[in-house]
Amino acid sequence: MDEISAFRPTIRVQTEDFDPGAEAQALASGRADIGALVSFVGLCRDEGGRLAALEIEHYGAMAERELALVAREAASRWPLSGLVIIHRYGSIPAGARIVFVAAAAVHRREAFAAANFLMDYLKTRAPFWKRAHLSDGTAGEWVEPRGEDEAAAARWRADEP
Amino acid sequence: MKALYFAWVRERIGKGEEEIDPPEGVATVGDLIAWLAARDENYAYAFERASAIRAAIDHAHVKHDAKIGGAREIAFFPPMTGG
Repeated sequence: MDEISAFRPTIRVQTEDFDPGAEAQALASGRADIGALVSFVGLCRDEGGRLAALEIEHYGAMAERELALVAREAASRWPLSGLVIIHRYGSIPAGARIVFVAAAAVHRREAFAAANFLMDYLKTRAPFWKRAHLSDGTAGEWVEPRGEDEAAAARWRADEP
Repeated sequence: MKALYFAWVRERIGKGEEEIDPPEGVATVGDLIAWLAARDENYAYAFERASAIRAAIDHAHVKHDAKIGGAREIAFFPPMTGG
């Protein structure tokens, strides 16, 4: 428990872009105990030219709390040296970055697993909603949740000891 | 209590938040959804498939059988699509 409470993940919910390299470097900076750092960047894809941007709505008061809970859950499952979660909201043009997660650990297996878990869990728990803005200037549809995302999150619950 | 609506729930109802004062018999999140859906056609449209609606009380996810007593803020929204 002390290990978890001493654990200070970096959680940010913001409109502005981030620098994945700088974020990853900051996580490991000044430390010699980290042997593995896995990071992931989620980008806004253009769906074959159809999509111009995503408008990401969020529930601000709940978002940081949920991301912190997801981080805490990861830290309770694997021995981690550090975690970063950054999620943007607002208008995100095609090609731009949306989300960043990074997990640092002594060994690679824990870092890979934790980064994977963070993405699976935040997709189904963090209060963000995407709406498409189309290349022809019209407002598109709200993005539908994908069944496979729910299945991916459920897989971790099934793994619980 | 304050009710918040997000994404297409917000659009269908036509507002993002409001103060609500449900009667005593409205005890759970599911009761509250049914009570709101009976208000007018916009609310009915927003809540037409109750099983598709997610809810949070005071910023924590809850199921439809959760009690709403003591809640300060209750939010209704579609399944999340972040990440």
